[in-house]
Amino acid sequence: MTRTTRVDGQIVVRTDHAPTQPAQLVDDFTPALIDVGAHHLCPGCGEPIAMRAVLEAVAELDVARRTIGVFGIGCYTAFSNNLDVEVLQALHGRAPSVATGVKRARPDTVVFTIQGDGDMVNEGLQEVIHTAARGENVTCVMLNNGVFGETGGHMTATTVLGQRTKTSLEGRDPVAHGRPILLASLLAQLDGAAYVARGAVNNAGNVARTKRMLLQALRTQIAAVGFSFVEILTMCPTGWFIETQEAPGYLADNLAAVHSAGVLKDVLGSPPQPGTEEGL
Amino acid sequence: MTPRLMEGSEAMAEAMIAAGCRFFAGYPMTPFTEVLEHMARKLPAVGGVCMNAESEIEAVGMAWGAAATGTPAATGSTGQGLSLMQESLAEITLARLPLVVLNMARAQGDYFQATRGGGHGDYRHLVLAPGDVAEAVELVQLAFHLTATWRNPVLVMGDYYLAHTAQSVAVEALDFGPRPEATWALDGSTGGSGHAKLVSFLGSVKQRDDVGYDLSEYYAACAAATQSMIGAVAPLAECFCTDDAEVVVVAFGTPATYVKAAVRALRADGMAVGLVRPVTLFPFPSDIVTAATHNARAVAVYENNQGQMVDDVRLAVLGRAPVHFIGGLSLDSSGFGIAPDLDVSVLRRRIAHVAATTDATVPSAVPGSR
Repeated sequence: MTRTTRVDGQIVVRTDHAPTQPAQLVDDFTPALIDVGAHHLCPGCGEPIAMRAVLEAVAELDVARRTIGVFGIGCYTAFSNNLDVEVLQALHGRAPSVATGVKRARPDTVVFTIQGDGDMVNEGLQEVIHTAARGENVTCVMLNNGVFGETGGHMTATTVLGQRTKTSLEGRDPVAHGRPILLASLLAQLDGAAYVARGAVNNAGNVARTKRMLLQALRTQIAAVGFSFVEILTMCPTGWFIETQEAPGYLADNLAAVHSAGVLKDVLGSPPQPGTEEGL
Repeated sequence: MTPRLMEGSEAMAEAMIAAGCRFFAGYPMTPFTEVLEHMARKLPAVGGVCMNAESEIEAVGMAWGAAATGTPAATGSTGQGLSLMQESLAEITLARLPLVVLNMARAQGDYFQATRGGGHGDYRHLVLAPGDVAEAVELVQLAFHLTATWRNPVLVMGDYYLAHTAQSVAVEALDFGPRPEATWALDGSTGGSGHAKLVSFLGSVKQRDDVGYDLSEYYAACAAATQSMIGAVAPLAECFCTDDAEVVVVAFGTPATYVKAAVRALRADGMAVGLVRPVTLFPFPSDIVTAATHNARAVAVYENNQGQMVDDVRLAVLGRAPVHFIGGLSLDSSGFGIAPDLDVSVLRRRIAHVAATTDATVPSAVPGSR
């Protein structure tokens, strides 16, 4: 029996009859460093996938016993009390300075931040820029979905031109609203930044590539060669006002078309070559 | 230890280090600047870290991160810079982290900011206001003890005079008793154990069965901890000539030193005046003020602001005597609160005026006043 059908070209889940059997947990894919696999974020949200990639990278480098995660404020904050790594909750926008204090006081720790685009680029842009410029040995992760998801889909500094939000109803207009900030591209110009990459979680290949970026960012921190940064494009069908199933494609066609995925800087490794998988 | 002539900024820096401070972050702003300068020079020598932060907001953020690792930490600024820090200070308090905050204030207009809390939510800070450099050396160290004991930020309220007045002091480590072990502090080591630590202003326990945080439960626990702290921390005040005083003046910080000189001069003229100098601005030494003003016919409050602490004095006096405000914002052109009013003869005249208008038996003209 097909579980989905098409109505007016839209894919919908059939609800016109009861399931033939109750839902069964076939397998639990929760990674070891996430306490509870079930989350209450919206269906189709990309943030749990990104969180999973971050935690898997920490586990694979075998640094869970010296890792401290510093969280900003956004939907992803739901994970701040759900991880089996130590967590320090920071204010909206302020995770990079808090992470700086942690790392300077305890240089033997591995410190990552989790912030959204509203948190990092709107509220606290100067924090991440100064932290990068200082060459602080921390890894900042930005979950970029181009909207304030938690407040219900409002324009952020990374919202792409033409994108409709509750505060750019006819689409982001360069005259009325200004143009988006491409943060990874901005940070890559700073000498203190040793690793800068932009990934996405809208398909399996991109998830795997993003995890490699996270691994290299953490390796950069552990090698103490400078600031590392991974921007991760995540789906937000609720904040984009589209069907859940359309979100991965929407990400590719809209966000990723402007915020291009790729490794922008890698001081530890070889520089990214254009035309290769890691290059632009 | 041999006493050395030191300006207050340097003495406070030495006192912080003696108290175990190993992380300091700040953004230059007079008269806080000199404390930052001294910490930048002295702290690395003892294995500590001093950060010249890019803004006050980042300074308090860095101090927050360091404090969360259990490292005795401090930050500070003047009142304006502390305004920028308030969002963080509120949440640091609700995260139950120890932190010492210096307000090297311009004038005394930050009394409400310090004692009421300039940020959001239900929290209080302990506030200590030294009267001179020697007392600052003690209170700065007491601040580190109190903040570690109560896991609550402690504010030390200084001023321009305190920062820049040189006094001969010996800075020695003071023993206020054992500090509780920081079992909550983060170092990463509980990761992967199934019980990794969490330091958050949203709650102190990890999610296990259900989603999210129970904020009402957590905030109630924070409020209970705050009440325990308020009940246990002894309010401090200096009483000078208050036993038989008919007029009691209340003043804090460096201005209280000038008021004390005026009171001493009026006593020499035979007037029954006294001084109460609150040392803890929060908890306010209400009982001490109440006792010291028990026989007073009038109470006068001097502050270099438009009248803030006078509210707390009125609450302590509870209508038993009239409370007159004899201060006022007094600024010179430097903008640093170097008050023209801080003139013993001016203060003598104002105190004598309160005495004269309260009771006709007190001479209205005091020899030597103008």
